[in-house]
Amino acid sequence: MVTFQTHKSNPARGPALGIRVLVLMSLSIVLMVLDHRQNYMDTVQRTIGVVVYPIQVVVDAPFRFWHWVRDSTANRGDLQLEVNLLKTERLLTNGRLQRLTALEAENARLRALLEARPHERDEIRVAKIMAVDANPYRHSLVIDIGKRDGVYDGQSIIDADGVVGQVIKTGLATSQAILISDPSHALPVEVSRNGLRTIAIGTGEFDRLDLPFLPNNADIAPGDLLVTSGLGGAFPAGYPVAVVTTVNRIPQQPFADVTAVPSSALDQVREVMLIWSATNATAVDADSETGAADD
Amino acid sequence: MPIVKRAQRMIRNSESRRLPVIVSIVLALMLTIVPHPDWASLFRPDWVALTLIYWAMMLPRRWSVGSAWMVGLVLDVAQGAILGQHALALCFIVFVTVRFHLLMRVFPMSQLTATVFAILALYQFVLFWINGVAHLSASPIHYWAPVIGGTIIWPAVSMLLSGVRMQMQMVR
Repeated sequence: MVTFQTHKSNPARGPALGIRVLVLMSLSIVLMVLDHRQNYMDTVQRTIGVVVYPIQVVVDAPFRFWHWVRDSTANRGDLQLEVNLLKTERLLTNGRLQRLTALEAENARLRALLEARPHERDEIRVAKIMAVDANPYRHSLVIDIGKRDGVYDGQSIIDADGVVGQVIKTGLATSQAILISDPSHALPVEVSRNGLRTIAIGTGEFDRLDLPFLPNNADIAPGDLLVTSGLGGAFPAGYPVAVVTTVNRIPQQPFADVTAVPSSALDQVREVMLIWSATNATAVDADSETGAADD
Repeated sequence: MPIVKRAQRMIRNSESRRLPVIVSIVLALMLTIVPHPDWASLFRPDWVALTLIYWAMMLPRRWSVGSAWMVGLVLDVAQGAILGQHALALCFIVFVTVRFHLLMRVFPMSQLTATVFAILALYQFVLFWINGVAHLSASPIHYWAPVIGGTIIWPAVSMLLSGVRMQMQMVR
C-alpha cells in the first residue's frame, strides 16, 4: 500500500505513527476520565487557559471597541433622553427600595420573634460578558472575571431581571457559565404565589423552560412567577427565574405539561451579576417553613 | 554559488516554516470562538480541524498527531469541553490524514472535498460519541451541520493555505 511505504520511508519521524496515536489517544481518555469524574484537572486547565486567554481577549477586542465607539459617538439628544429615562427609573426604584428597607427590618424582627436565623445580604459583583462563543453544543457564555476575583464553580449568575445561569468552569481571568436554558441545566424553583416547589429544566431554547414534574392537580396557572427555592444549595433563594406561560393538563398522563419563559432575556444579556451567597443554609430552612409541598 | 544559495534558502525555510502554520492555527482558534451571526452559527465550520487537516496533508512530517493533540487541548479549554475530547478527536483525524496524505495530495479538488467531508464526519462522530458517554446530550443537528459548513468552506481554506505555503516556499 502506498501509504504504508511512505510511513516506512520516513525514519526521521521517531516512533511509528500508529504507536504515537495510540499513546496520545489513551492519554486523552485518561485525561477525560480524570476531568469528568473527579475534576482533578482544574490546575491543568488553568495552565492551558493562559494560552486561551489572550485569544479570547483579541477576539473580544473589536466588539468592545465597537461598543466604545458607539457609546462615544452617540449624539447629545439621545444621551439626554437616556439620562432622563434613567433618572426616572432611579426615582422609581429608590421609592420601591425605601419600602423594601422597612420590610427587611420588619422581616428581621419577625424572624427574631420566631427565633429563625435572619436573612443575610448576598454580595454581588458585576461582570461583563465577553463576545466569545464557547461551546456550540451548550448554552454558555464567557464572563470577564475569574478565579483571581474569587469566582467559584457553581456560582449563581443573575441580571437585572432574574436568574441567568451558573458558573461551570473558572479560569484565572475568565469563567465559563451555562444558562438556565441549557438542556442539561435543572434549577430548583418555587411558585412565589403559593410556595409550590418543582424543578425548571432548560430546553435548548432561550425563551422556554420546562417544568416536567408537576402533577395534573398541582396549583399552578399561567402568569405565576417562579423564584429560586434555594433547595439544592446552588442558588440562593428568592430570585425571580421565569413566568409560567402554558399549563397543559393531560388526563392520561401523570404529569402536567408546564412551560415557562425566563424573566431575563437570556440571548441579549451583556452584563451580569455574580452572587456570593451568604444564605445557603438559611435558605433551606426558610423553605421548609413555606409549606405546600408538592410531593 | 548555487550551493550557498540553497543553504541560505534551507536556513530561511527552517526558520519560517513553523511560523505561518502556528499563525494559521491561532487564527483558526480565534475563528472558532468568534461569535458567528445567527444563520451561520449552526453551520460553523470546525476551523481548527480544517487547518490541521491541511497541514497534516502537506507537511505530515512536521505537523502530525503530537501537535494536533496539543492544539486539541487548547481547544478543549477554549470551549469548556471535557479536557481531552477535542485532543482525541483531532489526533485521530490527523492520523487518518497523515496515513492517506499522498493519496489526498493528488486528488482533484472535488474528490479531496469529499474526503474532507468524510474526515470531518469522523471528527464529529468522535465528539458525539464522547459526549454520549459523558451524558452531555445535544440535538444531532449541532453535530452534522458543522460537517456541511466545513465541507463547503474547505476549498477556500485549502486555497488560502496553499497560497501561504507557496509564498513561504515551505518544503514538503
